[in-house]
Amino acid sequence: MMELLATLADMLGSSAFWIATLRVATPLILGTLGVLICERAGVLNLGIEGIMVAGAFTGWLAVYQGADLWTGVLVAMATGAACGLLHAVLTVWLTVSQHVAGLGLTMFATSLSYFAYRVSFPKVTTPPTIEPFAPLQALDAVPWIGPVLASQTALTLLAIALVPLVGWIIQRTPAGLALRMVGENPAAAEGQGLNVVAVRTAAIVAGSAQMGLAGAFLTLSAFNAFFFNMINGRGWICVALVVFASWRPGKALLGALLFAAFDAAQLRLQQAGGGALPYQLYLMLPYLLSILALIVMARRAAYPQALMKPYRKGER
Amino acid sequence: MRLEARAGSSRIALLLAPFAAVLFTLAVCALLVAWAGAPIGQTYALLFEGAFGSRFALSETLTRATPLILTGLAAAVAFRARLYNIGAEGQLYLGALAAVAVGGLHGGTGWELPPMLLFPLMLLAGAAAGALWLLGPAWLKTKLGVDEVVTTLLLNFVALLFVSLMLDGTMKDPMAMGWPQSVAINPELEFSRLMERSRVHSGLLLACGLAVVVWGVERFTTFGFALRAVGANARAAAFAGLPVRRTMLVCALISGALAGLAGVGEVAGRAGYVTLDMSPGYGYAGIVIAMLAGLHPLGVVVSAVFIAAVLVGADSMSRAIGVPNYIADVIVATALLAMLVATLLTRYRVRWGRA
Amino acid sequence: MTQTPPALRLSRITKRFGSLVANDDISLELASGEVLALLGENGAGKSTLVSILFGHYVADEGDIEVAGQPLPAGDPKAALAAGIGMVHQHFALADNLTVLDNVMLGTEPLWQLFSRRRAARAKLVETAQRFGLSVNPDARVATLSVGERQRVEILKALYRGARILILDEPTAVLTPQESESLFATLAQLVAQGLSIIFISHKLDEVLRVSHRVAVLRAGKLVATRATRETGKAELAALMVGREVSLPQRERRPRGDAMLRLQGVRAMQGGVAALDGLDLDVHAGEIVGIAGVSGNGQLALAQLLCGTLAADEGSVRLKDEAMPAQARTWLARGVARIPEDRHAVGIVGDLPVWENAVSERLHTPAFSRWGVVRRKAARAFTRQLVERFDVRLSGIDANTRVLSGGNMQKLILGRALSVAGDGVTPTLIVANQPTWGLDIGAVAYVHRCLLDAAAAGAAVLLISEDLDELFAIADRIAVMFKGHLGAPRATEDWTLADIGLAMAGTAAGTQAEVPHAA
Repeated sequence: MMELLATLADMLGSSAFWIATLRVATPLILGTLGVLICERAGVLNLGIEGIMVAGAFTGWLAVYQGADLWTGVLVAMATGAACGLLHAVLTVWLTVSQHVAGLGLTMFATSLSYFAYRVSFPKVTTPPTIEPFAPLQALDAVPWIGPVLASQTALTLLAIALVPLVGWIIQRTPAGLALRMVGENPAAAEGQGLNVVAVRTAAIVAGSAQMGLAGAFLTLSAFNAFFFNMINGRGWICVALVVFASWRPGKALLGALLFAAFDAAQLRLQQAGGGALPYQLYLMLPYLLSILALIVMARRAAYPQALMKPYRKGER
Repeated sequence: MRLEARAGSSRIALLLAPFAAVLFTLAVCALLVAWAGAPIGQTYALLFEGAFGSRFALSETLTRATPLILTGLAAAVAFRARLYNIGAEGQLYLGALAAVAVGGLHGGTGWELPPMLLFPLMLLAGAAAGALWLLGPAWLKTKLGVDEVVTTLLLNFVALLFVSLMLDGTMKDPMAMGWPQSVAINPELEFSRLMERSRVHSGLLLACGLAVVVWGVERFTTFGFALRAVGANARAAAFAGLPVRRTMLVCALISGALAGLAGVGEVAGRAGYVTLDMSPGYGYAGIVIAMLAGLHPLGVVVSAVFIAAVLVGADSMSRAIGVPNYIADVIVATALLAMLVATLLTRYRVRWGRA
Repeated sequence: MTQTPPALRLSRITKRFGSLVANDDISLELASGEVLALLGENGAGKSTLVSILFGHYVADEGDIEVAGQPLPAGDPKAALAAGIGMVHQHFALADNLTVLDNVMLGTEPLWQLFSRRRAARAKLVETAQRFGLSVNPDARVATLSVGERQRVEILKALYRGARILILDEPTAVLTPQESESLFATLAQLVAQGLSIIFISHKLDEVLRVSHRVAVLRAGKLVATRATRETGKAELAALMVGREVSLPQRERRPRGDAMLRLQGVRAMQGGVAALDGLDLDVHAGEIVGIAGVSGNGQLALAQLLCGTLAADEGSVRLKDEAMPAQARTWLARGVARIPEDRHAVGIVGDLPVWENAVSERLHTPAFSRWGVVRRKAARAFTRQLVERFDVRLSGIDANTRVLSGGNMQKLILGRALSVAGDGVTPTLIVANQPTWGLDIGAVAYVHRCLLDAAAAGAAVLLISEDLDELFAIADRIAVMFKGHLGAPRATEDWTLADIGLAMAGTAAGTQAEVPHAA
């Protein structure tokens, strides 16, 4: 027992642990913000898993084709936005089931990415690589957390910076008020002269662009290549994290960090445990934790009132 | 753009919707084929040939359709009650594991039971494993309002890791030279072949039989009525005195059991043992199949054969002409989206301009 | 010098939905400083007309001018910009947002980097003061009372500088006193030069507040009258256009207590929706439950439909304790009419015959070994349709295509055929049974309830429409914040008394009386 506590204390004191935590958290922060924006506007976007695949692929492909890294980021976000537009057409314009359309979008974006990858690289056996974002060495000078920050890339800082920005937009701008209104009572928004379809569409497009960015972090920063199955349920975890965060950006950051800390910890415990427990049990943890988060929050969750309710003009 | 409700959807429109969706899908995917640099006509011809062009091709398609009918039914029956079971993939794997647990460990005679008893026990175990795996999310949905889509999705990953755990440990086949593969089930428990020199097995008959049973239950029984009422309007169903929660939970058991049986069929009918790549997404394809069928249990059989044909045909076409076989997955996904739109258009008319 | 144009002019508005002509060649003018009442039954075309005015619909023919300027069709934004404000009957407010949020929405350009909330709040407070409509800008709408929410709705329009205010059935959810204060507000608005369109089907209040009355019937404008030159009788005749005699209650002998509630308490969403209820309903009487919506009436109805469990107290029917199980209530002969036909009463996507038997599908009459006896069920439905005069294309049609009145007849028929033909239910629980129905259907529903009471049923009628309660209830009790006042004979109530009770400010509620539970 004492040994375990000592290990834990060691871990929490080591910068390696916090470096890993931030790295694991980055795509979750971005993805969770993306889901949050969509859901505050009243639309569930289960396309996230596929959008992350597509963003990871196109962002990486652009860089591989010679574009610079930031262009790759933009390409990934544009891919996400395009997928978001498709989701908006299906769920907001045509009002089909948000659950099924999201799943369909995930299947579509994933399979299309894999297909495009195979068409682009028919013969390769080892994935081609790129030069990813470099750590921000200059930040080493920052007191206290310098070593942790210096190992991160610009995308991680961007993700963290987006949290207050999204929070500001939602709570403090007219656009954010419109977003919340269409997620709470679209008929009322319509009555005040807002175009519900346009606001929701914009929200889904913006949110999905962030999902695309979340995927691109994996290929442009965390790794240097595109693999099949590299998203591996991260998108679904983001959907759970949004509920855990009660649809608040600040809490979403907290949730993503907490989650990532658990993940980083389990990796270390796994190594420290020396194979006493099968590794699969450790790998199950993130998924089980997500489910646990959903259960814990279930009673308290204050869903946006119009979430998953299609809005058709003139229908009560 | 706006939507205008139609007074009623005609049967013909409902029947034509899936065909329109499939045609649209093939047209869209033709663009991808062209992008891959292959002649469109020839590609589709090869795909068709690969699925139906020979006795062997047909047998492969039917073999592939067998688990798809079952996962399609699993989705169809659950979606009917608006229980979005996206976890058929995990339920299938657990069903397969359960089949091996009963019919494979200790040479499949662990309890010294005759195959006559062991065989139904194996089916039961597989069904039960799938059913119980879905019971949790369904219970969370009815009791706490936890969205079942996310929980069943996440449980798919857990299920697969659990399979991996078992293949590394308890169920590991010591003869497999380090491949993650389970022990084989007792050959006496295998499903019989339906065609010589092919892999089509009697699981196909089981699947079709279950489709008829599910159809009958939905249409003619009080439970079937409750299922439809709960799915269409749960509040009204509760008001009319229907047991909404119980209906939901029983529906989950049925849906999970069907998916679990798909896993049993794959073990006992085709592979003989469990591997980690046993299902190339049969669970997810089941959703597409159910939607294409308009959730009609008998329609599921037809659309499962169609999806199986796409998967099998694409493999063979890919070998011949070099278009990546991921085209099959794109077709499946596009068909789902197209079908969603087609179904909507049977209920609403799209009008341009203002009301 | 030309004459100033009217505040609003509608010229020859026609709107068709398929074969239905919702508005047929309607021309109207509204002077500034005028209150125009738009009077008509449910389905007469009032809502369609204001929806066109507000840009939700586009008229097929005709056009609209505001203060002499043509109003672009089909654009709520243009209507708002032209100074038209709308107060919906079902408030268009987001419950989870604050009053200020609700008011500010859409008043600033969307791309503005930050909301000027301080200025907006000052303007809101100032507007509220000017018109005497006090409200806390930072309160969440969910915490406001119905009357306060309506104030927010009106403020929303005034904040935008509305010159023309449309109020859709504004008194439907108010107590008589709240209605009075609304009328005072309207008078103040008019004094400041605003024009008001007041939509209603209640003659008394139309005569009370308006300068002019326009009567719509079946899509046509049948008459406009200066209010002081007309009367109730003329307006009623114009509005209905045919002879409909609404049934009135008659003296009946009262039987034994059928339903007995004692100290019933039930929690819903963390609050006591029912708080110490005592009530007896006897055979042969109609007990009315009055109250402003949202004071526990829904919980009471659910309790008596078997879909809500009491946490404390006893619920007894014919001296037997009743569990919270809809099937048991049905089996004991309780007929139930829910408040919302579409959402609760029927499953719209299922055929009529399945809905007709849904409440007793599990009984031997309609199923055996879990298999539905389709023939029996369909035969029963045909009888029901005939007996209750439900108009439909066939019993296999989806139930959602029925009109409101026919849907309600189907639900009535299902409920009243409790134990097969000709048997009177023990208890009828009717929650807002005539909501949104035209007068013919209202008369039908009232007739059914009165007949059932005469045949010995105990009837509990929950309604927000005081006219309805005074017309057919024998005793009336008032609900306020989960408490139920002691019932009094209908003739012992005055409108003022009942209004005070609905506002929770007078004797008649037992709010402060402790219970020996």
